[in-house]
Amino acid sequence: MDIHEYQAKEILSDFGVPIPRGGLAYSPEQAVYRTHEIGGDSWVVKAQIHSGARGKAGGIKFCRDDEEVWKAADELLGKRLITSQTGSAGKIIHRLYVESASEIDNEYYIGFVLDRQKERVSIVASGQGGMEIEEIAVEKPESIIRVIVEPAVGMQPFQAREIAFKLGIDDSLVSQTITSLLGCYRAFRDLDATMVEINPLVVTKDGHLLAVDAKMGFDDNALFRRPNISELRDKSQEDPREMKAADRGLSYVGLTGNIGCIINGAGLAMATMDMIKHAGGEPANFLDIGGGASPERVAKAINLVLEDKNVKALLVNIFAGINRCDWVAEGIVQAVSRIDLKIPLVVRLSGTNVEEGRQILKDCGLPIIMADTLQEVAEKAVAAWLDYEKNYS
Amino acid sequence: MAILINENSKVIVQGFTGQIGTFHSRDMIHYGTDISGGVTPGKGGTRHLDRPVFDTVKEAVAATGADTSIIFIPPPFAADGIMEAADAGIKFCACITDGIPAHDMIRVKRYMRRYKAEDKLVLIGPNCAGAISPGKAMLGIMPGHIYMPGRVGIIGRSGTLGYEAASQMKALGIGVSTSIGIGGDAINGSSFKDHLARFEEDPDTDAVVMIGEIGGPQEAEGAEFYRDNMKKPVIGYIAGLTAPKGKRMGHAGAIISAFGESAAEKVEILQECGVTVAPSPAEFGPVVQKVLASL
Repeated sequence: MDIHEYQAKEILSDFGVPIPRGGLAYSPEQAVYRTHEIGGDSWVVKAQIHSGARGKAGGIKFCRDDEEVWKAADELLGKRLITSQTGSAGKIIHRLYVESASEIDNEYYIGFVLDRQKERVSIVASGQGGMEIEEIAVEKPESIIRVIVEPAVGMQPFQAREIAFKLGIDDSLVSQTITSLLGCYRAFRDLDATMVEINPLVVTKDGHLLAVDAKMGFDDNALFRRPNISELRDKSQEDPREMKAADRGLSYVGLTGNIGCIINGAGLAMATMDMIKHAGGEPANFLDIGGGASPERVAKAINLVLEDKNVKALLVNIFAGINRCDWVAEGIVQAVSRIDLKIPLVVRLSGTNVEEGRQILKDCGLPIIMADTLQEVAEKAVAAWLDYEKNYS
Repeated sequence: MAILINENSKVIVQGFTGQIGTFHSRDMIHYGTDISGGVTPGKGGTRHLDRPVFDTVKEAVAATGADTSIIFIPPPFAADGIMEAADAGIKFCACITDGIPAHDMIRVKRYMRRYKAEDKLVLIGPNCAGAISPGKAMLGIMPGHIYMPGRVGIIGRSGTLGYEAASQMKALGIGVSTSIGIGGDAINGSSFKDHLARFEEDPDTDAVVMIGEIGGPQEAEGAEFYRDNMKKPVIGYIAGLTAPKGKRMGHAGAIISAFGESAAEKVEILQECGVTVAPSPAEFGPVVQKVLASL
């Protein structure tokens, strides 16, 4: 789960990381009011969406007076911001964070990640703050400092010191840097985070250390024990179909193709999508209905996939392991006979009781296209989609 | 021979009396697995499926001599169950549970380091389908009948995609020595590399199928292990060509978040290391057949 910048800053601030003065705004008037609260003579109005690279996309505005702040807020609120990370759909700005602008002397990158290779928390730091870590890795790989935390004892002060000195942070700010780094680690560990990123961490012209931008991600599997984090979820930032699917216990990812997919098991789902691509088509979605694939789940999945208006053919691929194909087939028949399905449906069943399952689909009188193998289901779905496009559009 | 699980394995089920544990225990017993009993804290002294129930894994091991366990414990408590199994001297454990927090798995992996190599628990999963040595024993939730006994090893992240591979092979008359699910989580008990090493040593395995997916470094590590240490052929496949960056594709670990984690990049690494890559998931069977014919 992702959270907003302002939420990450609030959390990190509680763990001892210094942040600029700021406040949340839902309207231009409120944004102006915030600047009066904050004081000073220049501010940044920042779009709160779940994405990085907001600056380049015009989501962060530097302002010098009330009028500029009002205008910036008015322009941003309600706007769909498309960044290099959001995809073409972008994300709608519902909240703004107004913050005191800092005069920056030096910028640093600090990232805490779950290192899958080391199976530990590892810290990545660089003196090339402000750039994305992927860019740093390509352009200035020698600037990257890596430190790995021993989970039995947690991050130690010497590790934070090592980072601070390697970054070349001024002696007067080293102890504050150490406090901040150790604070980030504690936040990461105590809150089941999967990512904490401060980019940039800056030293201002007047010699202060500040986290100017911050990002945190959390482990969905651990939200059951982090109720305070769960509350920070902002559904407006999530794909409505993915969210709906998640609420129904289905795992869905929307894509841009035309062939709707309903499959059991994440690996088989990805493999079936690969097959669609090999057959010359594009999948409209990833959808794993789980190993069980009960008739109810099949029905829910069909309805969900059909909500995507780009879907011009439906592919169902079920490998019945725990349950039986005849049972799944009945679910498909039930679901399809309840709706007026206008697009072609291609079904492949495999595993336990496959013959009985196929017989049910054959006998039901619905125009279901049957396939025996993974290859066949993909090829038939692509052919059915092309056929449909030719005849109905 | 097979690896890790065979007809002599004595199995206890952790989370024995729950609905899921009961369902799959029945299936495993039916397959012929020697299920010696189970553990459900608070139900020690009772019987379930005609087998004894214990409060702790230690008691179960002492009473039954079990060396193997399978875990159906709910996610908040499953990591604890894995460590309990390790502490009780279990040698091989399949954790089926999906949804264990990653930080819990970091703790589990750190805890395991206290054991000497020969005393160490071999963990597969979490979030896996388990392991099966066809015709000998099944320690998992897979449909046993789709696996034919034979001489090809399978290691895969995904359950159903592993079934797909096994059934394509069966259709061509190719059997399996052992099939291992390593699970779809970001941090798991053992990786491709660990089991490739076991299959290389196994006299009853001639070739290995490695079924990977997007996310994480383990497929590349497996390929490098093959290049440096193996004589037996490895057939690989990476699922997720169409997966966009930064999106979790069902499995907690199936997310492209760094260089080398996409399907195309992993396929390239596999090929550079000399692994025979199946061009599509519809060709597990034919490619394995071709590789076996060339031996």
